[in-house]
Amino acid sequence: MSGAASWAPLALVPLLPLAGAAVLGVGGAAIQRRWGKAAVGRIACATVGVAFLVSLVGFLELVGMDGEHRLLVADLFPWIHVGSLRVDVAYALDPLSAVMILVVTGIGGLIHVYATGYMHDDDAFWRFFAYLNLFTFAMLTLVLGDSLLLMFVGWEGVGFCSWGLIGFWHKELANTTAGNKAFIVNRVGDFGFVLGIFLLFWSLDAAGHGTLVFRDMAAHAHALDGKVLWGIPVATLATLFLFVGATGKSAQIPLYVWLPDAMAGPTPVSALIHAATMVTAGVYMIARLNFLFAMAPATLNLVATVAAATALLAATIALTQNDIKKVLAYSTVSQLGYMFLAMGVGAYAAGVFHLMTHAFFKACLFLGSGSVIHAMGGEQDMRKMGGLANKLPATSTTFLVSTLAIAGIPPLSGFFSKDEILFQAFTSPWRGHLLWGVGVVTAFLTAFYMFRQYFMVFTGDCRADHETQHHLHESPPVMTVPLWILMGGAIVAGLLWLPHHSLFETWLAPVMGHHAPAAAHGETAPASVEYGLMVLSVVAAALGILLAYAMYARRALRPEVFSNLAGGLFYRLSLDKYYVDELYGLVFVRGGIALFRAVAWLDLHVIDGLVNLAAAIVRVLARITGLLDLYVVDGAVNGVAVATQFAGRRIRNVQTGAINAYLYVIALGVLGGVLLYWSLATAVTGG
Amino acid sequence: MGELSLVHFVVLGAILFALGLFCVLTRRNAIGILMGVELILNSANVNYVAFGRYGHAGYDGQVFAIFVIMLAAAEAAIGLAIVLGIYRSFETIDVEATDRLRR
Repeated sequence: MSGAASWAPLALVPLLPLAGAAVLGVGGAAIQRRWGKAAVGRIACATVGVAFLVSLVGFLELVGMDGEHRLLVADLFPWIHVGSLRVDVAYALDPLSAVMILVVTGIGGLIHVYATGYMHDDDAFWRFFAYLNLFTFAMLTLVLGDSLLLMFVGWEGVGFCSWGLIGFWHKELANTTAGNKAFIVNRVGDFGFVLGIFLLFWSLDAAGHGTLVFRDMAAHAHALDGKVLWGIPVATLATLFLFVGATGKSAQIPLYVWLPDAMAGPTPVSALIHAATMVTAGVYMIARLNFLFAMAPATLNLVATVAAATALLAATIALTQNDIKKVLAYSTVSQLGYMFLAMGVGAYAAGVFHLMTHAFFKACLFLGSGSVIHAMGGEQDMRKMGGLANKLPATSTTFLVSTLAIAGIPPLSGFFSKDEILFQAFTSPWRGHLLWGVGVVTAFLTAFYMFRQYFMVFTGDCRADHETQHHLHESPPVMTVPLWILMGGAIVAGLLWLPHHSLFETWLAPVMGHHAPAAAHGETAPASVEYGLMVLSVVAAALGILLAYAMYARRALRPEVFSNLAGGLFYRLSLDKYYVDELYGLVFVRGGIALFRAVAWLDLHVIDGLVNLAAAIVRVLARITGLLDLYVVDGAVNGVAVATQFAGRRIRNVQTGAINAYLYVIALGVLGGVLLYWSLATAVTGG
Repeated sequence: MGELSLVHFVVLGAILFALGLFCVLTRRNAIGILMGVELILNSANVNYVAFGRYGHAGYDGQVFAIFVIMLAAAEAAIGLAIVLGIYRSFETIDVEATDRLRR
């Protein structure tokens, strides 16, 4: 679209990590052999670091522009121009994508640095960083792509890198299986996404505005008004399809099952991909297409419902997990539920804000857990930890602050973002109080399970064996410095959204402002309600922390009191994740195999039968044709030859070889001809 | 008889042609046959010139006769060369003996 300022350096942001990935992917092994792992790490970190600096410059450029027209475009080259479909490879920086690329390159860069320490003993060091750089490129393409199609390229790219990194330690079957599971579950979601894209283009094209470029779509979205397909408004149907895609990528019900298994990957991967960036792609997509979702209240209600259910369900599962990373994984699913809740009630800016604050504290938590795992020699079971606070001072401090942040204790960032979402949910016209209630219960559970984790890992007596205890050590600075920085982010990020003075919301207003109904009526609620809700949620969080303290630090309250409730039913349900994996295994895996067997039987007996029948008929026909060929065609050919031979044998007698004889014949022939001509001529003239 | 007329030349041509034809048909000697052919060609020349003189076609007949003489020279050269070739391989120029292709 004209009017968009062109800013070529923007292309550097995604292309630098791509270059890093290419260099490391092709020559990484050689570089590592020749110059060591440090060189590989430097290349990987430098590309992301420079990309971060460029992002920062771009951000400042945007700040310097007029508020309503903040848009920088780098149009690289035309990509698909077919019929009315025109898609360029073009990157667009607006306030929303600026936030995203700062998070991706900033937090991603810190995780790169951390990973150089964490992965130091791994032989496939270069492969890890090639994947990590490629992931960064794909994620940046996802958030910077100025069309739905380019976003989809990034969407698939991050999925692929996620697969490669979950199964990074591919010598163990469980890891590669987890990678495959993530990939396949995501495919289900991607199918919905693709259908959504098709439907959007198809219906916009029918209205004469066939485009997939976001800002053009926003300008022409009203063309979808009143269009109906299969009795459903097109806007609703398209957003439903897109939401299916979002549930896959962002681990919502019913497609969340892959995320906990994705913890099989190295911990920096969990922090970068499965907490801070990739899983938020669905949230980003809805925020990006908010003008479309605003036209489909039915979809928004479904989003809110699914989000609240996911937040609660994942939180209840996290209560009983004993694997340090599994707790964080379910916590991530639960927090993503919050973000989608924000989307569902139309509080897009608040959802993106929670995305950002969550990226800080969850990345810090994951990297902290990585530091713990590193110190424990690979042990992930929290029952074998305890009392690590003395041994790992930096890790435990950053972990504690981030835990407080996720629990929603003021004045840390999690408090502001979560509270804003809860408030917006409360004032939402559709089941607002119920959604708020679920959110507050989830906040209580979040505080409980996060502090259960903190107390189990860092306080009390150490339950590890002597060998492990002897080797306990704090991680090197290359790992702890990112922890400190992330902790700083988790503390101060909340300042961007003080109630009624939200810098962040103002910043995002050009992208979302005009379409957020809840935000509009949210302002009408009295301030007393807002502060009252705030107090309630802080009380809920504090109760959760106290309960965890009583049970796991003071040991004043035995956990068995709760786990034995109803004969241990609730405990088992939570510990075994509501048997969802088993259910999916039964329905989709077993059901799938049964279906394949049936199809195989059908193939063997029906299809093959038909094919064999056809073959038999052809054989009979061929036999007949063969006979025909042998007797009729060959007979004709041979007959011609025999006849020619016979005639030749007869006619050769004429050829005497005596020249005189020939001459006689010629003379007689000429004479005869002359006589004939003469007699005819006289007959004509004489008659 | 009065002076010479077209008929005299035509009769002469016919006699020459008959002699040539007889020569060609009866000779077994290849050179004899060639000589017969020369007679036939010259009978034709006589006719050309005669018709050219008594007809109304200008000098066409004479010119044609020149062409035929030239043709006859070429024919004689090639014919004699062939006869020489036949003599080399058959040691004879009897045309009855040259029937190798028939066997």
